[in-house]
Amino acid sequence: MKRIKTLNSASLKKSACKGGCGECQTSCQSACKTSCTVANQKCENEDR
Amino acid sequence: MIHTFEMFDKYIALDVNSGCVHELDKLSYDVLNFLDVKGLDPEDDEALFKTIGEFKREYDSEDIAEVIEDLAELKRNDMLWAEDDFEYNDDLKKNAPVKAMCLHISHDCNLRCKYCFADEGQYHSGCRELMSAETGKRAMDYLVRNSGSRRNLEVDFFGGEPLMNFEAVKEIVSYARELERQYDKVFRFTITTNGILLDDDKLEFINREMGNIVLSIDGRKEVNDRVRCRADGTGSYDSIVPIFQKTAQSRGQDNYYVRGTFTRYNLDFSKDVLHLADLGFKQISVEPVVSGEETDYSLREEDLPRIFDEYETLVREYVARKKEGRGFNFFHFMIDLDEGPCIIKRVSGCGCGCEYIAVAPNGDVYPCHQFVGSEEYKMGSIYDECELDRDLRNKFAACNIYSKPDCRDCFAKFFCSGGCVANACLINGSINKPHKLSCEMMRKRVECSLYAKAALAE
Repeated sequence: MKRIKTLNSASLKKSACKGGCGECQTSCQSACKTSCTVANQKCENEDR
Repeated sequence: MIHTFEMFDKYIALDVNSGCVHELDKLSYDVLNFLDVKGLDPEDDEALFKTIGEFKREYDSEDIAEVIEDLAELKRNDMLWAEDDFEYNDDLKKNAPVKAMCLHISHDCNLRCKYCFADEGQYHSGCRELMSAETGKRAMDYLVRNSGSRRNLEVDFFGGEPLMNFEAVKEIVSYARELERQYDKVFRFTITTNGILLDDDKLEFINREMGNIVLSIDGRKEVNDRVRCRADGTGSYDSIVPIFQKTAQSRGQDNYYVRGTFTRYNLDFSKDVLHLADLGFKQISVEPVVSGEETDYSLREEDLPRIFDEYETLVREYVARKKEGRGFNFFHFMIDLDEGPCIIKRVSGCGCGCEYIAVAPNGDVYPCHQFVGSEEYKMGSIYDECELDRDLRNKFAACNIYSKPDCRDCFAKFFCSGGCVANACLINGSINKPHKLSCEMMRKRVECSLYAKAALAE
């Protein structure tokens, strides 16, 4: 496609298959203590 | 759901439910917006007919047809107009084990920061109190006992000022290391400090034992010292900058954050972020102040245009410095589009009140650090044999982006996961009613983050 550049794959639906292991960091334990950003946490699922 | 926006020289589309981000040229951007607003399916002939009719004076018909075919292909591949079929994930926290704990090791502080949500360390209790090592150890026992199959456990030493009770911190860490071996768990420790008592000995221990350290500083000297001051009114900047710089270097410029708060006093906060970068820090977070009642430092709705401009100024410089090889990370612009958290985490949010709890110095348990001291939200105690308040736990477990009407049509919902529950409660009195001002700023930060991704992908 010469007019549209896609930056990433459609990952959200795929992530549901093996998601929910809960091993990732809690967002407030990183730096935010008064706001909430979840999307910058790393996935730590070893079976992904 | 699609969200489109322009920023500087970029035309960007986020397909909310697939997570796909597309950079478009002006023609494809215009066509996409037209189809989306009109509710036209790019695979139907009607879409082609109507779009050519709309844009024939501006664009060539063959080019329009080509764009529509591209958009149709993206739709077929679930990369545009993807369905939201994630609502089945909304009760996953119901029986979730506890995996993270904010340990209030010190309800005392050697600073008197004017905006402190922790009531300058006292958490509205009227007294200053340190957690005993014994209570801390019991909290570690509690965490292991309630963590089920979760292996990675997180503990944040928080305050007040945790370094005022550092001997207890050391004892608790040592005890937790024994539990790790006994129960095959991994403890990840974080400590949040204002730096006044940070010295080489403490730093050596922290670097050995803590996976993360959060260093509180607001930016420029005059900005920091106006609000982050001692009881005698003197500012903290000169005392903390050298040891913070040493800390960052000693950790290889990773696994730490300098973390600041911006208020109405410094709406030009991009200068503070860049000041921290100029001091050599590579991991930076500066967040908007949140206050329950309006004060002269509280952010107001009328400040939003200025705040949005600041985020744009910041992201432009953020990208420029990355391209020049002297970049830094800004916590709220860091988004991993491919390897980020799964949709289940994004639906669930921060997990406070179920996966994540806070423990006060006397062992009382609250949903998170921001609720500590609020009798209404006391969930129990680590000294109780009985389980935590089931009604409260269920209330927090049921809180997710689908329990919040305001999130349903928001393009940022899978980035912020419904926002900070404590802020919602503090400002709107309900965990399911997000704080509007925070939402507006979050949406702007998401746009800036996506712009940065596009600009850095060139």
